[in-house]
Amino acid sequence: MSETPALAPILEMSNIRKTFVGVKALSGVQLTAYPGEIHALMGENGAGKSTLMKILSGAYRADPGGEIRLFGQPVTIDGPLAAKRLGIAVIYQELSLSPNLTVAENIYLGSEPRSNGMIDRGAMEEGSAPVLERLGANFKPRTLVADLSIAERQLVEIARAVHAKARILVMDEPTTALSSRETDRLFDLIRQLRREGLAIIYISHRMNEIYELADRVSVLRDGAYVGTLSSDELSAERLVKMMVGRDLSGFYTKEHDKKSHIGDVVLEVRDLGDDRRVKTASLMVHAGEVVCLAGLVGSGRTELARLIFGAERATHGEVLLRGQPAGASSPGAAIARGIVYLTEDRKAQGLFLDMSVQDNINLAVIGRDSKAGGVLDLKRAAERAKDAIAALQIRVAGPKVNVGTLSGGNQQKVLLSRLIETEPQVLLLDEPTRGVDIGAKSEIYRLVDQLAQRGVAILVISSELPEVVGMADRVLVMRDGTIAGEITGTAEAPITQEAIMELATGAKTATAA
Amino acid sequence: MSDKSGTAVIGEDTAKTSHRAKLQSVMRTVGMAPVLIILAIIFQLLSDRFISVQNLSIVAQQASVNMVLAAGMTFVILSGGIDLSVGSILAASSMVALIVSNIPDISFLAIPAGILLGLIIGMLNGSLVAFVRLPPFIVTLGALTAVRGFARLLGSDQTVFNPSLDYAVIGNGDIFGIPWLVIIAFAVILLSWFILRRTVLGVHIYSVGGNENAARLAGIKVPLVLLFVYAVSGAFSGIGAIMQTARLYAANGLQLGQSYELDAIAAVILGGTSFVGGIGSIWGTFVGALIIAVLSNGLVLIGISDIWQFIIKGLVIIGAVALDRYRLAGSAHT
Repeated sequence: MSETPALAPILEMSNIRKTFVGVKALSGVQLTAYPGEIHALMGENGAGKSTLMKILSGAYRADPGGEIRLFGQPVTIDGPLAAKRLGIAVIYQELSLSPNLTVAENIYLGSEPRSNGMIDRGAMEEGSAPVLERLGANFKPRTLVADLSIAERQLVEIARAVHAKARILVMDEPTTALSSRETDRLFDLIRQLRREGLAIIYISHRMNEIYELADRVSVLRDGAYVGTLSSDELSAERLVKMMVGRDLSGFYTKEHDKKSHIGDVVLEVRDLGDDRRVKTASLMVHAGEVVCLAGLVGSGRTELARLIFGAERATHGEVLLRGQPAGASSPGAAIARGIVYLTEDRKAQGLFLDMSVQDNINLAVIGRDSKAGGVLDLKRAAERAKDAIAALQIRVAGPKVNVGTLSGGNQQKVLLSRLIETEPQVLLLDEPTRGVDIGAKSEIYRLVDQLAQRGVAILVISSELPEVVGMADRVLVMRDGTIAGEITGTAEAPITQEAIMELATGAKTATAA
Repeated sequence: MSDKSGTAVIGEDTAKTSHRAKLQSVMRTVGMAPVLIILAIIFQLLSDRFISVQNLSIVAQQASVNMVLAAGMTFVILSGGIDLSVGSILAASSMVALIVSNIPDISFLAIPAGILLGLIIGMLNGSLVAFVRLPPFIVTLGALTAVRGFARLLGSDQTVFNPSLDYAVIGNGDIFGIPWLVIIAFAVILLSWFILRRTVLGVHIYSVGGNENAARLAGIKVPLVLLFVYAVSGAFSGIGAIMQTARLYAANGLQLGQSYELDAIAAVILGGTSFVGGIGSIWGTFVGALIIAVLSNGLVLIGISDIWQFIIKGLVIIGAVALDRYRLAGSAHT
């Protein structure tokens, strides 16, 4: 789709494949970058961008069959150190500096100059000064990294890459934590590096950044290479089309009828925010309604759900449950009021892997069920576990088996059972189908549908656009900590992945009615 | 972006998994009991006197105080913490119990006073861990030293005697031939079992130790659970103090309970309770405390020198922790 610049490519990745325990993350992806080029890499959440970059940086090994060439020579990147030696530097969203060390020490980390066996600080400071100056830093090599702002730390990372004579610089959403002035400065710096002949691979979801910076854009979707556009071919519409485009609508059951089932407002959130990831957000969910909260990773969706649930403290705004203030101070209080939250990270935040299925299912209701003095009602617990296993078709040998031994889908059903046993009025589901197989996925969709039929108000966070389109009665799209827009599907104009993506990336800012 | 490491393995063989799970559960339940039996047999073969009613009764009595401390320690370690201060609490509670027992009009309050002091110190530890969010190791390391000093202060650094101690029967009497110390230790084990396995609180303790984040999101009041486990550990140390002083008719703030925390921790770990929390059982601790008592008693009986006793006990504890690691690695964290 694009014209090849006259120069020889610096990097050619071809037919890159990667499979994780039975799941394909990348299938035959290619990427070519030229010296003096800013090459943007785009794709939905989970499209495979990070995996591809982790292969380039040596964090993952690609499956056999693919090839990586640098300056035309085939290379093997078998670890982060090898990548560094080959001149590949990656700047991740979470910066990897040691805050307790100075700028110079960070720049030289792992390759400290020595004199007489002792570390030579003087040489380090002398060596890093010119690089910092060239990049326009207004701090000294001796400054502690802890005293620097996020933008300045990023500059230190770039300086480290430049100092290590990196030829390929990968930047993963570098502007997420930056103000607009800092972003402008960073862009100037990136352009300077382009002039110096580096190849810059720039991962971003933000359309305006792509317009401003990129010479070419490559798009991935579901772990596959879709295509590459050069800057003169670029249009938001084209990019969005390339990024989405899966259609799985037949896979979703939606039996709860929007018209006849949706009742009163159950959950109302007014101007809720924490002054960090969630600036301010207002929303309503009705009884029997499934509202999907879409948006890119980092747009504040999970943080908003955790504020509603009381897992994090809000600095402003309020949460109403059936019109009554339900400002939850803790998850326990929220659960008692009928608001429950399914975490996006079931292993780290949801399940007790060394406890039985029965204990995991009953955990939130053992207090309610208990006899005098907090003595467990084991009979009731066994009944609940048995019923839940049957109702959700959890495939497990028995209720006493440890949850850690189950597959992802069955673990997720156990966690869902725990929430359902509390008989909630509001269900906040954060990525309910993440890491579960396709069969369990459709069962989870059916379960959500059934709960909606019973009149539960459901807010689903999902990064999978086909899932959002398939499940939602209404879609709210978050961007940069606010709700950027709402999409209400109608018979004439159903909810589309393109419409969601446009709002999520800022390709279109107006609120669609 | 996507985290594929959490991806499900499709179509797991549930029957096989369940078999493995069962085997593991059996391993955990039986735990160190075979080690205990083998040790007993070895000592019997080497000394010919080990397995006798008289000696086994001595072993049980030797185990009893440590068993009570280890029971409290089990609560703390199950919650993911550690309590290094139990020996010092035992000393302070002993001093208070003996001092009160010497005051004529209120001498009957000696037992409650000793246990209450243990409870209060435990709650102080618990408050610092639960509400101030200090690391348990640091808090109880500080308490280990500070409470030891407090114990010495209580008796002006002198030994307190009471030759006519009201509750001396606890240390020396028996019913139907079973020493009171053994009955108390077993009662504490039973009480601990009931709390851990038959109450809501018990499930919450396992949950907090197993996954504190998940416990919080499941609505469990994590700080209260943490406060409770340190309070139990403190109160049980107080009970240990009553048992100890009932045998000695005396208390000394400097010497009493020195390094008892190490034997208590060793008993818990020998019993298969995981140091990271969430996994373990009070019956394991029961066996663990017996193993330590059997080792101490048996090594003396077969005439091993004091120095070698230390070396052997230490190596047994390290071996047990290695076993703990091995077991954790074998458990199914998919």
